[in-house]
Amino acid sequence: MKDGGPKRILIGKVGLDGHDRGAKFIVRALRDAGYEVIYTGIRRTPEQIVRTAVDEDVDAIGLSLLSGAHNELFERVVELLKAERARDVVLFAGGTIPDQDIPHLEALGFRRIFTPGTPLSEILSALADELASAPATPDEAAT
Amino acid sequence: MSDPLDRELERWKRETLSDAVAKVPERPERRVTASGRPVDTVYLPRNLSNAAACAAYLEQIGFPGEYPFTRGVQPSMYRSRFWTMRQYAGFGSAEETNRRFRYLLDHGQTGLSVAFDLPTQIGYDSDHALAAGEVGKVGVAIDTLADMEALFDAIPLDRVSTSMTINAPAAVLWAMYLAVGAKQGVAADRLTGTIQNDMLKEYMARGTYIFPPAPSLRITTDIFAYGAEHAPRFNTISVSGYHIREAGSTAAQEVGFTLADGIAYVEAARRAGLDVDRFAPRVAFFFGAMTDLFEEVGKFRAARRLWARIMKERFGAKDPRSCTLRFHTQTCGATLTAQQVDNNVVRVTLQALAAVLGGTQSLHTNSRDEALALPTEASVQLALRTQQVIAHESGAALTADPLAGSYYVEKLTDEIEAEARELIARIDEMGGMVRALERRYPQSEIEKSAFAYQQEIERGRRVIVGVNQYVAKDETQPAILTVDAEAARRQVARLHKVRAERDPKAVTRTLDAIEQIAGSEQNLMPAILDAVRAYASVGEICDRLRGVFGEHEEGST
Repeated sequence: MKDGGPKRILIGKVGLDGHDRGAKFIVRALRDAGYEVIYTGIRRTPEQIVRTAVDEDVDAIGLSLLSGAHNELFERVVELLKAERARDVVLFAGGTIPDQDIPHLEALGFRRIFTPGTPLSEILSALADELASAPATPDEAAT
Repeated sequence: MSDPLDRELERWKRETLSDAVAKVPERPERRVTASGRPVDTVYLPRNLSNAAACAAYLEQIGFPGEYPFTRGVQPSMYRSRFWTMRQYAGFGSAEETNRRFRYLLDHGQTGLSVAFDLPTQIGYDSDHALAAGEVGKVGVAIDTLADMEALFDAIPLDRVSTSMTINAPAAVLWAMYLAVGAKQGVAADRLTGTIQNDMLKEYMARGTYIFPPAPSLRITTDIFAYGAEHAPRFNTISVSGYHIREAGSTAAQEVGFTLADGIAYVEAARRAGLDVDRFAPRVAFFFGAMTDLFEEVGKFRAARRLWARIMKERFGAKDPRSCTLRFHTQTCGATLTAQQVDNNVVRVTLQALAAVLGGTQSLHTNSRDEALALPTEASVQLALRTQQVIAHESGAALTADPLAGSYYVEKLTDEIEAEARELIARIDEMGGMVRALERRYPQSEIEKSAFAYQQEIERGRRVIVGVNQYVAKDETQPAILTVDAEAARRQVARLHKVRAERDPKAVTRTLDAIEQIAGSEQNLMPAILDAVRAYASVGEICDRLRGVFGEHEEGST
């Protein structure tokens, strides 16, 4: 059930890098803040991320990546989500992502990119805002 | 009346220092302070009250170059030779990285350190689906021997030592290095350097595993055995605490878990029939350096003493070289901030000074812009200059273990050793490191420490300058290095060209041999050497091994 219960968030390590200190911190901090959080573990493909997101019926996906492969891999995640008609999922990301790449990622549909040093309080309030303003799911929109 | 330690000092000079200095003479420059005061090789406590105090000093601290090596592994430390200045580098193609290597050597760097891209580190060729977006990003892409030849073009391997951060496919990349050496006319027994080859910390903290732990340890010990016989000057493992610390461990956890990994490797090698004193002198270590200078110095000293005791007491090592913990240090990347990046130069200076005061054998200093991207050439040069200023201007290299005898540093050394010892005992109770990893014991201890540390930052109890205090408004990021997007396509084209031009029969024959030997108890190294010489790729070789050994999988939570 999506309605009523806590929002569900998938934290995904997409690509080959094993740097998950930040991702694990966010997982635990989001759980402490009352969200239901699914953590994929490291080295997931875009296909695995999207499959898990659909199976778990999540409200948001947060991708973490520190290898510099974000432009290619995040784009692939967005393509696959579109194919699954899961466009209403709130997308955000974190990692070693240079400022110059952020406009491209925002154009793809990422609501927020949290770069190193972002305070947790800012991440939590931004996510709460984004989840509150998320559009209705396609099913609900159709009725 | 003479001081009780005077006789010991004379003995040390006679038995230990004179031989070492005969082999590697002290550097010719005057060893004086900034104001001209002469500096001795080592300073000792004065006026110890009695023989018991003297014995306690010798037991815990002693002399540089002597058991338990608290004060350093070399008798004259940096008076003879500075640490090796070794900047970790690699991006894009082999040619681009070769240019960066030659730039660094031209600027006074004294050793090479290769960063491989993630597909190479996980045994995928550049045209594999899982390599998409990752080719050449965090390091250089190496598919076949042709790439390795380009990487070391015009770099004489008999005159430079090379460190390679490679783990799961270490046997393959090392075989390529040996093959390039042979092509340059440098036999394996003249090559020097280090391969990381430390799989246990991959499951614990770093993540570039391919195979399950048991076959991974078998490959590791095959490399030990081959190295002991054919490449005796090459360090065949670098047991790494760096990634454990970067994942968020404390200093004592870094020492405890790293040395517990070291114990597991020594035990695996002994099970494989190797004599401790035959391979242990080629075991090297790798630690991080945080900004807390005194704790880090205590950590390095504690690690050295504890490893010496483990090797002697637990494994009965007789060769003193088996008891010396020689280590590389990298300044801790997780301390770099994306905010006010020039502040990172100051952090790195303190971290590098900690490594030098702690007696490191080689050092990588991070660049100021690494929280944003791979470093620019200018940033790398500044990082190297930081080491050179410490070496030539700070005075830290004038005398061995300058902080010995500091009440604070000695206490930190004792405490970190004791805590690390307890962690090792806990892992022993679980049946060793492989069992402990299966129970996720070290992983969860590291996670707890990382969470607590980050919470302190979030709550303002730990100040990070420029991040949670002294924050600047409207910062603009400096120009960063971007890896040429065409590099990946060029790399794939080159791989296809090599595949088209090599002898396909030789490739199939050598790959078949690897598969067959993987299923036996024979050493894999000769077969892997044959395959790389036939220009079989990293991915092709690893795929054959995957077929026999299977793949390690970490679950989601």
